[in-house]
Amino acid sequence: MTDAWEQEEARLERQTDEGAQELRASTREVVLAGGGMWPEDDLGDTMIINMGPQHPSTHGVLRLMMELDGEDVLRIKPVIGYLHTGMEKTGEELTYVQGTTNVTRMDYASNFANELVYSMAVERLLDVEVPERAVWIRMMMCELSRMASHLLFQATNGMDIGAVSMMLYGWREREEVLRIFEFVTGLRMNCNYIRPGGVAADLPDGWEQRVLDVCDIVTAGVAEYDELLSQNPIWLERTVGLGVITTEECLERSITGPILRSTGFAWDLRKAQPYLAYDQVEFDTIFTSNGDVYDRYRIRLFEILESVRIVRQCVERMPFGDYRVQDKKLTPPPRARIDESMEALIHHFKLFTEGFKVPAGETYVSVESPRGEIGCYMVSDGSGKPVRMHIRGPSFYNLQSIDPMGSDSLVADAVAIVSSIDPIMGEVDR
Amino acid sequence: MADDTAREADHEGAGDDDAPEAPVAAAIADEVAAAVVARYEGSVFVESHGQPVVYVDRAVMADVATMLRDEEQFTMLVDTVVVDHLLDGTRLTVAGIVPERFEVAANYLSHARNRRLRVICEVPESDPTVPSLTPVYPGANFPERESYDLFGITFEGHPDLTRILMPDDWHGHPLRKDDAAARVPVTFKGDPSPR
Repeated sequence: MTDAWEQEEARLERQTDEGAQELRASTREVVLAGGGMWPEDDLGDTMIINMGPQHPSTHGVLRLMMELDGEDVLRIKPVIGYLHTGMEKTGEELTYVQGTTNVTRMDYASNFANELVYSMAVERLLDVEVPERAVWIRMMMCELSRMASHLLFQATNGMDIGAVSMMLYGWREREEVLRIFEFVTGLRMNCNYIRPGGVAADLPDGWEQRVLDVCDIVTAGVAEYDELLSQNPIWLERTVGLGVITTEECLERSITGPILRSTGFAWDLRKAQPYLAYDQVEFDTIFTSNGDVYDRYRIRLFEILESVRIVRQCVERMPFGDYRVQDKKLTPPPRARIDESMEALIHHFKLFTEGFKVPAGETYVSVESPRGEIGCYMVSDGSGKPVRMHIRGPSFYNLQSIDPMGSDSLVADAVAIVSSIDPIMGEVDR
Repeated sequence: MADDTAREADHEGAGDDDAPEAPVAAAIADEVAAAVVARYEGSVFVESHGQPVVYVDRAVMADVATMLRDEEQFTMLVDTVVVDHLLDGTRLTVAGIVPERFEVAANYLSHARNRRLRVICEVPESDPTVPSLTPVYPGANFPERESYDLFGITFEGHPDLTRILMPDDWHGHPLRKDDAAARVPVTFKGDPSPR
């Protein structure tokens, strides 16, 4: 008996880590009780396998430790940290001007939400009011970003579950949205466009038509996905009633966004605690009541259409005015002024070398990202760099839903469940 | 930078007004904060940029969480954050609270009442332990592991307090201010491990 256990221990030693003590202890009991190598006894022939961190359907480098009984998953434990690059530490080394370049790389699928929450935190500490046009530009870009993020979800979710053509369709429409980002900000991803005090540049000429065209393309695309998947028997078979989570489980585990809304709890920060100008536009909070993989797919699909609605209203009602605060200590002068004004050159130089100082204090700002509540806890000591810059990434918390969702499912369904959480590992590990 | 000094002066002025010397419940604008201050001795209410904040003793962190969940309908613990104030240039002082090196902040959200509350406790460097909030709010599991990993704060009562972001054999806590970003030297193939 002991020999068998020791062999087992030696094998487990290589594939587990400290965090797996609990799982390992239970395996030990199983092996000892069965008196031999697993999985010979039929009392509890469980085994632990690792999915990831290099598994293609784990959306990056997520590792799942699954305790299996045959094909049934008994428990899932997510193991994260493979993409940890110390972005919060880096954030303490960067000035407030440089900070947005850092946070935009966290949730790389919807970078505008990160830039927005960072900028809003700095602005609240500075007590600065952003001009109306900047507010509406921010809102429009955030909603375009939500569209891009949910289109990416449709693509990868389809691929994970087996609708491989969705990968092409979702990517196709997302690319159109990214072209708008490139047109407006110069970059397709990690745009660094929303900055403390406003946005980096005004919208270029002809933006209205291009944005409206993209709205049409995306609307047509969503109709196509709906037709392709929503009534598809194979799709329904693979998603309905799978990975169910309840409202109570979501609330106690700090799970937000589409996962919370799929349980029948219509909580959207854009409605509940409006920021930017969300109280001035018309849109609906999408929610369903089954809390399964299918519902999370439906919610994200129809949230794209709500974002299209908001973007259309932004195009229609975009106010005129300045796109950033006219405070020379906070926002850089226009490029043309640098050639003709000594003061403009000085301000430009000071701003980009040492940045601006922010009064001491601490604040927490939160907005609704495509994945849920993204928050920024910013602590300043009166210098030009934050003492602490913490981003509450919604994916980090949402990963805690894997265990209630994934327990008592099949191995083959684990992929669908992870996919329906839509985690972005850049934001989980930071 | 005249603007900045003016802003700072405003801010500090506001902070003094909102932190009463004697804890008079009627003077506190936020009803939940008032209830917390009335129940737990030594708690202080501060309004920080329009957000209600209560500073409590670290021994009652979990009790406050239980109270907020069971009596005040605070359905979600949105976030827990640790701040290291070792190298602060200027630090806002709160009347009645002895500043320590670490601060643990918990952001609560009540969906039913649509309001937020932040509860902060001071944690000394000599004894960095705080009661865990995970038994009350299971969602605190990951963020507390993260705080343990990156700051070395021990959360007593946490079911699985292990490293989460850094490798398991890592020494030190990288987000501490005395842990330099470039502390680990670059090594080449065949070199002995730096750790």
